[in-house]
Amino acid sequence: MSGIGKYFKLNLNSTTKQTKGNSCGCGNTSGGCSSQVNEPAPVKASCGCGSTSESCGSHNEAKVSDQEFFEAAIDAAIGDERKKDGFDQVFEVKMDRRTAFRQLTASLLIGAGAVSTSCSVTTGEGTKEKAQIDWEEQFKGNYKLMTDEERNATVERLVRSYQLRKKKNINMSSKDAVKDVLFGYAFNISKCQGYMDCVSACVEENNQDRNSQMEYIRIHEMKDGKGFKFDEADDNYYHEVPAEGHFYMGTQCFHCDNPPCVDVCPVQATWREDDGLVVIDYDWCVGCRYCMAACPYDGRRFNWSTPEVPEEEVNKDQHYLGNRMRKKGVMEKCTFCVQRSRAGKNPACVEACPTGARIFGNLLDPDSTIRWVLENKKVFRLKEDLGTEPKFWYFMD
Amino acid sequence: MRRLRVFKSLVIDSLDTITQGSKKYHIWMAFLTFVMLIGMYCYSMQIEYGLSVTGMTDRVSWGLYISNFTFLVGVAAAAVMLVMPTYVLKDIDFKQAVLIGEGLAVAALIMCLAFVVADMGGPSVLWHMIPGIGVFNFPASMLTWDVLVLNGYLFLNISIPFYILFRRYQGKVPNPKIYVPGAILSVFWAVAIHLVTAFLYQGLQARPFWNNALLGPRFLASAFAAGPALIILVLAVIRTFTEFKIEDKTIKKIAMIVTVAAQINLIMLVSELFKEFYAPTHHSESAYYLFFGLHGKTALLPWIWTAIPLNVLATILLTFGKLRNNFKVLYFCCFILFIAIWIEKGFGLIVPGFIPGPYGKIAEYTPTGIEIGVTLGIWALGAFIFTILAKTAIKIETGKLQFKEK
Repeated sequence: MSGIGKYFKLNLNSTTKQTKGNSCGCGNTSGGCSSQVNEPAPVKASCGCGSTSESCGSHNEAKVSDQEFFEAAIDAAIGDERKKDGFDQVFEVKMDRRTAFRQLTASLLIGAGAVSTSCSVTTGEGTKEKAQIDWEEQFKGNYKLMTDEERNATVERLVRSYQLRKKKNINMSSKDAVKDVLFGYAFNISKCQGYMDCVSACVEENNQDRNSQMEYIRIHEMKDGKGFKFDEADDNYYHEVPAEGHFYMGTQCFHCDNPPCVDVCPVQATWREDDGLVVIDYDWCVGCRYCMAACPYDGRRFNWSTPEVPEEEVNKDQHYLGNRMRKKGVMEKCTFCVQRSRAGKNPACVEACPTGARIFGNLLDPDSTIRWVLENKKVFRLKEDLGTEPKFWYFMD
Repeated sequence: MRRLRVFKSLVIDSLDTITQGSKKYHIWMAFLTFVMLIGMYCYSMQIEYGLSVTGMTDRVSWGLYISNFTFLVGVAAAAVMLVMPTYVLKDIDFKQAVLIGEGLAVAALIMCLAFVVADMGGPSVLWHMIPGIGVFNFPASMLTWDVLVLNGYLFLNISIPFYILFRRYQGKVPNPKIYVPGAILSVFWAVAIHLVTAFLYQGLQARPFWNNALLGPRFLASAFAAGPALIILVLAVIRTFTEFKIEDKTIKKIAMIVTVAAQINLIMLVSELFKEFYAPTHHSESAYYLFFGLHGKTALLPWIWTAIPLNVLATILLTFGKLRNNFKVLYFCCFILFIAIWIEKGFGLIVPGFIPGPYGKIAEYTPTGIEIGVTLGIWALGAFIFTILAKTAIKIETGKLQFKEK
């Protein structure tokens, strides 16, 4: 699978995944399941193995060893870091005296303020709790490497922190990628009229900074008859649309399958999730903006100052990796509205589009609209020569 | 125990040395302190309001800080040009200049690290990058490579001169068996720091202006021109203001290095220009923007058209041995070459990488006052550190500062 091949073809896993999805997955074990293979049925099909326990048994065995192999591979790759997460990752590391001393000094310096507040008898309960939360948040680990308990704990802290500060309740999810889901997106160039409803819906949904007018989506207005001339296009227009003699094309993060931004991050604060979303742990990002330089699609945004969203406009339905409130000096980007997409909804831009130019769905589900588009339309992607394998396709009616 | 006592006395003695000096020295140090304070004030504004106080935007996301960082990595790497002949080729000429070169490398590296930290959005969570405590994305991210090689080089360049000076301070002769392996290692290391820094940019398929195979070699050539040029200027100053003896022969040898590196650099420039302008493609737009401006946007033209003539003039003057051996001409050449390469490799390299943007958008970049303030502050910091190091080193080398058993 690996090697040069991956740079040329995005493996939608349509064959392998489906057989696996058939809950039997006997495709390669001899006998027992032959009928299953011909059947193009999707995920829901039950095990077709019937009562022939031997064949099913062998298949189970194969599956287990697959699992073991996978585990072993991960262990070999990230080893310790996988087992040690969050606090363990920070505090339970083998170290020599020098690093230990350095770490202690650093922690003491940074934490002195927090500790003095939380230990003080004169300050109120709320202040103490706030300080305690800030302390734990400052020294938590990388979300990607946290266990489920640690993830829940940080989500709880963030919710409580918001409660203490703003006296309002928010709802934050840490829902993981669902199995056998790979999100993809298609954009119908013929339909887009440049209304930019997607842009405003995105800003509202994802709590983007209103001061700097940060927008994940850019709509490029291009002249008819000139082809895709991005450099002559206008991505910042304020006139009535659709403008005579123009067509429109939207760009945003393409959630590449081989994302250059992920490789360059020095601290693994950004990564590709199992369902194909490229996400950022805002609290782990150090703000070096290397990912921004590495992205060929202008898909990433930086918080140059503290982002501000009027309290009444804050979307309180949040996800840790998605639209929760950011701070200054960290990267952020489109997550295909992870808080919505993982809850089975369409991203805000798709829902807001008045022309139906935007199509979103599960690439591994053969019945999905996105799969229909990919199979029946002449689709293309931008800058395919870079080997990034975007999961964002364009097509025309 | 004795070593500790010697070390303690060394620290006290060097504190004495750096706090005493002529009036000119005090004015110089006061001036640097003042600039550093301005820089710190500017940085505090940046901490308070975020990087929005700089001229950088989502379109041009690296600017003056990273430009200076890139250039200074080259200056640091150039110390090798003095280390190699002295320690490895046993050319005694350079021995006097080596400590100065290594001091320059230390100062340049500290400036590099300061520029990187100044460029960070979240300096308070920088511990995420410390291997062991944080998550170090090695070897995938070239930035982690850079962190490793820069810190390693800093360690080498501190420890080797420290060992030599520590021995001298006690009136002993440094043992070559101890420091020569380190010196040889640092020769390779210097090439590595600069190549890795070039790879930082070279490896980005998103930015065609950087994504070319010549970037690494060109980094090396320009570094080995600008770095020793700076060393010549520094040696000139030291010769005038202290009793530290630096022979004409040494300066002439370094001038030779500068000349060859500048010539190679010029050849590579020609090769680059040929490729961009003979058969221009979509990917040549950044170069067009840099040299001629695009769609009426011409912010970089004054810079690059200052740099190119200076670069060419310096290289031509240096090429003629008669002119090169005239120290007045030499110092002038070194100065303009240094300025030219600073522009070419700083502004002229980083900013056009982002212009035009991934979709052809041209948004220009101009540094703000605060950004310039922080930058000057960091340069002052570098000069301050170098002055301290050089003053102590010279005093020990000339035998004026010695450990006295009480």
